[in-house]
Amino acid sequence: MLAIYKREMRAYFTTPQGYLFMAIFLCASGFLFSLTTLLMQSSDTATYFQFLMYGYIVLVPLLTMKSFAEEKKAKTEQLLLTAPVSLWGMVMAKFLAAFTMFFGTVVISMLYYLVLGLYGDPNWAKVIGCTVAMILIGSCFIAIGLFISALTENQFVAAMGTMGVLAGLVVVAVINGIIDSYAIRLVLDWLSIYSRFTNFTQGIFDFASAFYYVSLCAVFLFLSVRVYEKRRFA
Amino acid sequence: MVEVSNLVKAFGQKLALDDVSFSVSEGEILGFLGPNGAGKSTTLNIMTGYLSANSGSVKIGGIDILENPDEAKKQIGFLPEQPPLYMDMTVDEYLSFVYELKNCKYNRKKHLDEVCHVTKLTDVRHRVIKNLSKGYKQRVGIAQALVGNPKVLVFDEPTVGLDPKQIIEVRNLIRTLGREHTVILSTHILSEVQAVCDRIVIINGGKILCDKPTDSVSSAINKNSRYKLKICGPQREVMAALRETEGVEHVEVTSEREKDSCTYIVESTGASDVRKAVFYKMCEGEWPIIGMAPEGLSLEEVFMKLTEEGSAETKKRRK
Repeated sequence: MLAIYKREMRAYFTTPQGYLFMAIFLCASGFLFSLTTLLMQSSDTATYFQFLMYGYIVLVPLLTMKSFAEEKKAKTEQLLLTAPVSLWGMVMAKFLAAFTMFFGTVVISMLYYLVLGLYGDPNWAKVIGCTVAMILIGSCFIAIGLFISALTENQFVAAMGTMGVLAGLVVVAVINGIIDSYAIRLVLDWLSIYSRFTNFTQGIFDFASAFYYVSLCAVFLFLSVRVYEKRRFA
Repeated sequence: MVEVSNLVKAFGQKLALDDVSFSVSEGEILGFLGPNGAGKSTTLNIMTGYLSANSGSVKIGGIDILENPDEAKKQIGFLPEQPPLYMDMTVDEYLSFVYELKNCKYNRKKHLDEVCHVTKLTDVRHRVIKNLSKGYKQRVGIAQALVGNPKVLVFDEPTVGLDPKQIIEVRNLIRTLGREHTVILSTHILSEVQAVCDRIVIINGGKILCDKPTDSVSSAINKNSRYKLKICGPQREVMAALRETEGVEHVEVTSEREKDSCTYIVESTGASDVRKAVFYKMCEGEWPIIGMAPEGLSLEEVFMKLTEEGSAETKKRRK
């Protein structure tokens, strides 16, 4: 498992993929950050995080699209699947590699808070709560991206599919405003990643939602393992 | 060492393997022979744990690949049809990755030096795999299978796409490996198994047709000797004369034609050598023989023969 993790990390940095991801992530988040706080002369980070979630829709697929799709296309998965490594080990290694990239970039983007702290008086508890929630949401998105990458051998399809699903998950909250039926609204609200984030932006660390994000992530990792198990039998 | 019993595998409606069983003993080189689409790769993929069978079992050194996959997989080195190479790594990086992936417990440098030495990769160890030639890529694939020194080596069509010199090199390499490992090798080239393997398993349409030592298969195949003759002379008369020749059982004309010569395939019965008789016969008519060569059987013909023999034997038994 460690071997696969190391190879994945190496692949992120020997191809433009990792650098592109970091560059685009930092450009987009930097732009959003200055737009929502510095230019607005506000120390409230709620809008920044909410916009950033839309950014994730495009950013996360950059990280996950080739994870399984490329291995399938190059037939290298045969090496992994006939090596003494469990399917869980393989999926977790890929997940952790993508997560490391993501987490590392988020850590770099925390430099922005420094500016905020120097020139403003932000509510640190809220900033930290939101950051943690955003990291959980990111890992959730990565798991979804990996699952979709495991379904196809075409990286482009994996990327577009992931963007579609992620956009769906985030946009559900917006559609929710125009649905009349209370029951449907309640269910969608419960499911929506975006709606569940609202509490964090108000400075509440919502454990139920945090748990929801972690479980959603686990479910999609489990599904990725199942995809591979099923393919052995089909 | 390897025991495959009653494998059945269906892809949707298509039955790819139908009750395939065979076993390989330690130190043996087994040739797995069959035309494209016969089920060779499917069998090998199931043996190495890449696919699962619908029913049946595979045991490597007594360990079931489904019950204890990690232990069983440790004993196998697998070269799939398309070598599983990460093109943007160097040979060294790639082999180190495989070393770690297989969780080996040797002295890494020494072990990889050895593997590279055996596969003659030492000169290209620092080159990126995508820049290597097809032959080298294939050797990296073989090296990958050798890492961890597994007892069983499984090679799926290891010589496809190589040039003749490389084919000979790879065959020699496999023969050398066969001294210390149990090797299973799939191919659709008959001469390849004859050159390398101790035993041949022939598969077609998902069924095993024959499982015999190489010598006995060769002699079964060569029972009728066939010759390809190039003779100048009027086709009809030459044909007639050839048919009259003693010991000749079957004559046919091929479509190969030159100015004044035709090419004939002559089959003789049993062990009798008809070459001299044919020569004297042709002398009588003053038709010069300008070419004569033994003609091997094609794989399809071998199948025909083996299946015919198989069904004849069962008929005899029934009687």
